[in-house]
Amino acid sequence: MIHIIAFYLFAAMVIASGAFTILSRNPVHSVLWLIMAFFNAAGLMVLVGAEFIAMLLVIVYVGAVAVLFLFVVMMLDIDFAELRAGFIRNFPLGMALALVLLAELVLGLGAYQVGSLHLGTPDGSAATAVGASNIEAIGALLYGRYLFLFESAGIILLVAMIGAIVLTHRERKDQRPQNISQQIARRPDEATVNMKPGVGEGVRL
Amino acid sequence: MIGIEHYVVVSSILFVLGVLGIFLNRKNIIVILMAIELILLAVNINLVAFSSFLGDLTGQIFAMFVLTVAAGEAAIGLAILVIYFRGRGTIAVDDVNRMKG
Repeated sequence: MIHIIAFYLFAAMVIASGAFTILSRNPVHSVLWLIMAFFNAAGLMVLVGAEFIAMLLVIVYVGAVAVLFLFVVMMLDIDFAELRAGFIRNFPLGMALALVLLAELVLGLGAYQVGSLHLGTPDGSAATAVGASNIEAIGALLYGRYLFLFESAGIILLVAMIGAIVLTHRERKDQRPQNISQQIARRPDEATVNMKPGVGEGVRL
Repeated sequence: MIGIEHYVVVSSILFVLGVLGIFLNRKNIIVILMAIELILLAVNINLVAFSSFLGDLTGQIFAMFVLTVAAGEAAIGLAILVIYFRGRGTIAVDDVNRMKG
């Protein structure tokens, strides 16, 4: 019973948050609603027993992606009212397309429920072992059968990181950055000089 | 009892909301990126629900890769957005065809 109540709560909240994300006037509010949607989706995933993906959703989406959005929205000085100009004009077309798409999806679901679709059945080779937790089972799969896919995911993240840095990096003229090659080329014998000034005389540098 | 159909309905509604968001906020590229995140979230819910109900963990592995791609896409998209704003002073996507490529 509590399971059903929790499902409907999370489902209603995730859909409402998604709707507010795309409908709210202020993009900062949009980001906050997006965070709400991620949290509730994580709740939905906990309900089906996928704890690892749920926690990953909270850490990666809420902790990284949503905060990145928040930074960009607050950093750029944008007149958001002007960007909303076509909202009413686009509304009927967008709504019609969305309803058509939803009807298609529901049609597909109906075909699945009636049983006219024959989906492949899992062979059990990737099933959770008896007594193993979700995280253990995912780890065994990830570092075993899907090792190369896992590593290529790491490469994708590396490329994204380097790409973001290269894109947004700029040389600034008003700063004096350190010259690393000059620093490395310095030798002790030419950098320091031993002086022995007499009494009352200065040192000419 | 909650079956797979409930989860599929939720994820399809979320997917359609994401598509609707792209159409409604056609000028505001930040909200477009957020709508894409919503679409990917719907895909993830679908993958995880099927994986759990079919007793096959491959779907959850796949959801992780979708998450990876979503994070990379958000980082690159926002970086492009920042340099576009630096050059133009606006983020209206109506006049992005300046390069006439």
